[in-house]
Order: sequence, then C-alpha cells, then structure tokens
Amino acid sequence: MVGIKSYGAHIPRFRLDRNIMQMSLLFLGFAPLRGEKAVANWDEDSITMSVAAAADCLKGEDVSKVDGLYFASTSQTYALRQNAGVIAAALNLNTDTRTADFTDSTKSGTSALLAAADAIAAGTLNSCLVCAADMRVSKVASNGDYTYGDGAASFLLGKDDVIATIEGSYSTTHDFVDRRRLEGERLEHMWEERFIRDAGYMKFIPEVAAGLAKKYKLNLKDFSKVIYACAFGGAHAALGRGFGLTPEQIQDPMLTTVGDTGVAQSLLMLVAALEDAKAGDKIMVISFGQGCDAFYLTVTDKISKIKDKKAVKKNLANKAALGSYEKYLAFRKQMPSEIGIRGEETMFTSFSIVSRDNKELYGMVGYKCKKCGTPSYPPQRICPNPDCGAVDQNEEYRFADKKAVLFTYTSDFLAPSIDPPASYGFIDFDGGGRAGVDLTDCDANALKVGMPVEMVFRIKYADEKRAAINYGWKAMPILA
Amino acid sequence: MAEGIKDKVAIIGMGCTRFGERFDAGPQDLIVEAFTECLADAGIEKNAIQAAWWGIHMPDISMGRGATALGLALKLPFIPITRVENFCATGSEALRGAVYGVASGAYDICLALGMEKLKDCGYGGLPLAGGLGYKAPLTMFNMTAPGGFAMMATKYFSQYNLSPQDGKMMLAKVSAKSHVNGALNPKAHLRKEVTVEQIVNAPIIAWPLGLFDCCGVSDGSAAAIVCRADMAKKFRQDPVLVKSLQISVSSGEEMYYTKWDGSHVEPAYRAGVMAYKEAGIKNPREEVSMAEVHDCFSITEATAMEDLQFSPRGKVKDDIDAGRFNRDGAQPIQIDGGLKCFGHPIGASGLRMMYEMYKQLQGKADKRQLKDPKIGLTHNMGGFPSMNVVSVCIVGK
Repeated sequence: MVGIKSYGAHIPRFRLDRNIMQMSLLFLGFAPLRGEKAVANWDEDSITMSVAAAADCLKGEDVSKVDGLYFASTSQTYALRQNAGVIAAALNLNTDTRTADFTDSTKSGTSALLAAADAIAAGTLNSCLVCAADMRVSKVASNGDYTYGDGAASFLLGKDDVIATIEGSYSTTHDFVDRRRLEGERLEHMWEERFIRDAGYMKFIPEVAAGLAKKYKLNLKDFSKVIYACAFGGAHAALGRGFGLTPEQIQDPMLTTVGDTGVAQSLLMLVAALEDAKAGDKIMVISFGQGCDAFYLTVTDKISKIKDKKAVKKNLANKAALGSYEKYLAFRKQMPSEIGIRGEETMFTSFSIVSRDNKELYGMVGYKCKKCGTPSYPPQRICPNPDCGAVDQNEEYRFADKKAVLFTYTSDFLAPSIDPPASYGFIDFDGGGRAGVDLTDCDANALKVGMPVEMVFRIKYADEKRAAINYGWKAMPILA
Repeated sequence: MAEGIKDKVAIIGMGCTRFGERFDAGPQDLIVEAFTECLADAGIEKNAIQAAWWGIHMPDISMGRGATALGLALKLPFIPITRVENFCATGSEALRGAVYGVASGAYDICLALGMEKLKDCGYGGLPLAGGLGYKAPLTMFNMTAPGGFAMMATKYFSQYNLSPQDGKMMLAKVSAKSHVNGALNPKAHLRKEVTVEQIVNAPIIAWPLGLFDCCGVSDGSAAAIVCRADMAKKFRQDPVLVKSLQISVSSGEEMYYTKWDGSHVEPAYRAGVMAYKEAGIKNPREEVSMAEVHDCFSITEATAMEDLQFSPRGKVKDDIDAGRFNRDGAQPIQIDGGLKCFGHPIGASGLRMMYEMYKQLQGKADKRQLKDPKIGLTHNMGGFPSMNVVSVCIVGK
C-alpha cells in the first residue's frame, strides 16, 4: 500500500523573537504576537532548505532507487529553471528521475505529496521524494512579516516498508483570495486578517474535514493526531474546540516556535506527529490554500525502524538567537546594506561551467583513485597522492554525505558578507580527501581545529545581473 | 648537464619608487620613476638594453595585458619585451627572465621592471580582479588574502600548542620589528613605529590576524638592469652577483591530499633547498647575512624563517623572542621594512626586496646599513599557503 517510507525536516538555526521585532517596529503599530519565528540564514532559500530536509529524510535510504522528486513552494527561487532540478542535482539523484515544481498556493505541499502518492499507486513511480519549503518575504511590519517562519519538510513515498500508509484523501478548491502576488512581484499582498480567519480557515478546514470523514466514514475521535494548517493561533485553537478534539489530539502548529511556514506548515506538523507516533496511530492532515487538501494515514510497525533523524525535535533544539530585526531585513535584502566596495564586485557566472560541472558543484561528487584509494575534490584526473599519480583511474565519489573535521579555519572581516565575519577553512573528510569550504551556521568564536563538521547545500553568492543564485556545499559544525 | 647561473649575471643598476597610496601617480608615472633611477644608477644609455621583462600581476586594473605597456611607457626601441605574471612573485619572475636571458648567452644587458597600481580599485586589501577564472567563485570559499594566510596561523598555533594570545604575541613581534625598520626608510609606505601592545590589540582582519599583521597595499614600481658578470665592472665597481634564482610551484599535494600540515609553505622550503644548492650554501642560518622575505602577513614571515631553514621547525618563536631577526640581530630580516611597511605593489615587490639587498651589499643603505653583509636573500611568494609559487634569489659580492 502506498505510504510514507521516511521523513525529514529543516528548521533554520536562527530564531527571531517577535518582541525584538516589535521594539523595532512599534512606530508602525503594535502587533500582539508572541514567541519567535525561524529565520533562514542569508545563504538559505526554499531550495537549500529542501535539500537539507531531503538529506535528513534520505539518511539510510537507497538514493539510487528514487525516481521522482516533487518540490512545493510559494517562494521558489527560480521562476524559469526548474527548482526541483536544482534539488535533484544537489541530492545527486539519477537523471532518469521525474521532477516537478508545485507552486502558487500554500496547499501545494500536500498537493505534491498526493500527486506523488497517486503516481506510485498508478505504478508510474516507485520511490518519490517530496520537498515542501517556504521562505516568504513580506512587507515590513505586515502580518506576514511577524507570523511567517522559514522551514522545510520532506517525505519519501513508496509502496514497500512504509511507516505510514496513506489511506485516503479529499480536496476542495475555492478561489479564496487571502494572499496574492503577481508574477514579478517580490512582496505579497494580504487581505483583512478577520476575513481570512472567519471566511477562510474557520470555514474551509471544517468543510474539508467533514468531506474526508464522510467519504471514508471516519470519526475524528479515532485519530491520535489531527493536523490542520492555520496562520492564527486563536483560530487554530477555536478549530480544535469546534472539532471536539482533546488537547492531545491537536498537533502543535508551531506558530510561536517556528512560525507559519506556508507550504511546509502542515507537513512539518506531520513530521512532528510521526516522530511521536506508534504503530496503529491514525493521523489526519489538512492543508490550507485556495481551498484545502485533506488526507489520513495509518502508522505501521515499521515506524520503529526510523532513527537518527533531525526531524522537528532536533531542529527545534538547535537554535541561535538572531538578536536583531535589522539583521533579518539585511538577510532578506529588504534593507540596502553597506558591505564594502569590495562587495560591489559582482563575480561573473558562466552557465556552461555550471552545467558541465553540475555533479561536482551541486552534487559534490569528486573522484576516488581506484589504484590507491585517494579521494579528491574538486575531482582530479591525476591522483593527488604524490606516491601514486595514476592518470584517469577514478571512480565517482560523493563527498556531500561524508562527515569531516576542521583542518584549519579563519573568520574574515575583509571578505564581503552580509553577516561578517565570513568563516571558512579546510576540512579533512572521513575516508580521505581535503577541501577548502565556507563555514556556515556557526559561531566564529566556537570554531576549533579538529572539530567535526557536516556538509550543507547553501547559496554561495547571488549574481543578480545574470539571474543566478549560485549554490555550493559548505561545512557546518556538527552539534553534540 | 645544466650548469646553473651562479656568478654568471650581475646587477648593475636598480631603481625603486616611493611605495604607498600614490593617489598622485598613475601607472606610467610609477614606471618612469623607477626606470629613471635604475638607468642613472647603471650609468648606461637606454638603447644598451637588449631585452626586457615586464612584471605586473593585475594589468586589468591599470595598464592592460601584453608587453606593450612597458615599451610604450619607456619608448623602448622595438626590443623584445615579455610580460610575466606569477601572483605576488611577479617581480622576481621578471628578474628571473632578465637574469636567465643574460645567463643563457642570448643577451648582454637586460631590464626587469615590475609595477603595480592597486589603489585605483576603491577598497582596502587586494583588488579582486577575477584572477582565478570564472569557475573559482563557484567552487572556492569566500576568501581574501589575509584569510588565506590566517588559516596558516590558526594551524601553526594549533600544531605547536600556542595559545591564541601567545601566538598573536609572537606575530606582533614580527610586525613591530618591521615597523622599526620601515620608520627609517624614506621610500616606505608605513613609517611609524608601533608597539607590540598596539599590534595585539588592533582590530581583527581575519582571525587571528589583526590590522598590523597585514602588509601595506601600495602603489609602486621597481627595476633592475642586469648584465654579463664578466662585463659588470665596466659599468661600476660594486656590482652585485646573482648566486641563484630558483622558483618552486605547488603540485596540488597541499590542496588535494591530506599530508600537508597547513603550517608551512612547501614550495618555500623546496625553493630554498634548490637555491642553497646552486649558491653553494650549506648552513643558511649561519651563511645568509640578511634577507628580505615575503611578509605579506606576519605569519608568512614567521613560517618563512622555518621554511628557509633560518630557524628549526616549530622553533621560530625562540628566535623571534631572542631578537635574531632585528636589524641589530644575528640575521636581520626586512631591513627596509618589508612588505609590512615598505608596502606591497605586487608586480614590484620581488624587485623591491632585491633593491634593499643590492643597496646593503654596496653599503648604500643609509641609516639601515648593516655591517659588511656578505650574502643576501630574497624570498618572494605568490598565491596562498595551500597553492603558491615561491622564488628564492641569493645575491652576493
């Protein structure tokens, strides 16, 4: 039966306290919002967050069997150039993989997941990865500015050894205009909050839940968790009361810890629910966009094989205070910031190089010498071991999934960065190979020679003149 | 069987501009300034020069590529000119071309001239100028020169168990010594003495290197005229003889293999070994009277002392603490202030180092003059600790 084989999540390390936002924005009005929101680092976007969530999801899975990748976002990086294709390259998926982007509505995360389930049920695909990520940018002091958080969820769907079977689904569509953005616009527009709450969430979520229950003769009382997307804390609680759910049945929408993560919200909640689930549990998932998707799952005994996931819990625990709203604005290019005249030197992007060396740059695939076993990255046709020097005796060797230790490092205030100092160093990989890499999600003062690091896919630099966001692999300290 | 170049070539004239933020001077001004002094010093006519080597590292921000910039600026009469570039060792590469041109027997008299006009880029540190190709920004870390060398300091401290405080103190003494020397040099970019405390407490540029661990980024030019050693005395009584001029270039072993320790510069060691062999030097610590080394950063000078075998591996701190490399020490280094204070107009730097060795050997180094030096050495490095070119040139009377 079609279901979820594995799950993964990414919640960015930085959290922004809404009280700090309020202090900077009080002149524009008081916003009675509590808690904090997850803020992607300056080098993250919906693509990189998806890669992180997918890497978490694929840990221990056979990547070579994946034959589908569906990506959902309303804040996708490229409007022309498939975002799912970039993610597939970063994950080093086979080229005979079906990829597609799902976008425009915050329900498109569940739409992608249901499309993947349908393709597997139809026998078209065997193993389909679904990534949903949003990093939405809104007008300063807008409701979205306060409430939106950044994050990604990922699921691997298949037929065998599933940890939860997808039992059935029901969808609605309404041309309900809560949020909108025209092609080419950067910041979204939102209609009145009360309208969205009362004529949107409070109406469509009960409608789709009732539809699903009627279609499959379900009773909400039988569900261990009911997940429903909602941007407003009060409305979320009211919906739960309306459903007659016990507090244990209501999955935390993480509005005060992560924020409303758009397409990822209901799916991040599903990851959190699966982290605590046991065999036999029934889980209902409802997303919200222009209408809703609803589906329900039954957890199988394979759930116990899932281990070593960052998922939601570890991601929530790994956090650092961003500390300043202005820094958030600078990260999102909402505030023109001086990074020095050196930073004005835009580096040229050659897309023939990006295409030719795609496996090296995005997949972090290097070589391993078949004669002496020395790995090399960037790939060296002549073995760099001075005692070997074999020519073209290489096999492909992926570094992105290898752990490494910091060989040496610096934190550089001269290198242009929106978040100085720029830290970078050389790392030595477990199993051999050395590479010079940028360091990210790290505290410059906590870096130490010999500390363990893992690889993460991030933005290296934006070349806006040529519509290029250039990605690459960076090292991040591994947390205890 | 190759014979090498020992004692085949003499330097008979040198010139060097004042280094600094020469907002007053364009590239042509700097070239003409260095060349005019050089030609007068050699006491020859311009038309006696048979071939020239022109060193500039970043032509794209000043004079453009090719050799024409030099020919046009100096109105050289249709002689062969070659533009050379080898990162920050460009000046030594120009000298190498001229010296080997004479040593080969092809020419009697050659010119080497290096120039860099860096301060038209509008920001501190070295200009970017895209020197590593289109692919580099896609693959490399977001690095700068201080960061590249800071990583060697981090590793040196770690490898030899120096606390950041002790390590920074060691490096501060390297810079303080150069400031003392630079203050005596009217052509130097930075002419102020600074205390070890000021150096240690200066703002960090790239941890652990602070402002005073970094050399000056300067405009300037330097030139040398070389000729056959057997004809040198026709031009002057105190020519300086080239004993060896070697260059070693990274093999990729440091970048792509895991054996390199990250706390030394392998080509510096290799170039030293080759140069000592050719010059017939058995004990560099005792036989080399003085040196101008590539102190682009304090850590580069410190590790160069070990790579050049002036100090045992891991022990340079003892020699620094003992004042061995001070102007009044047993083996004075950076007598003219070094890159640190004389400044670092890239294409000119290798020739500027030689300018000081030349003047010292002739006894014309004014307030900085050492007592009867016999053997001088220049060490000119380009690139980063992980991939670089290093030239070592040894000169004597």
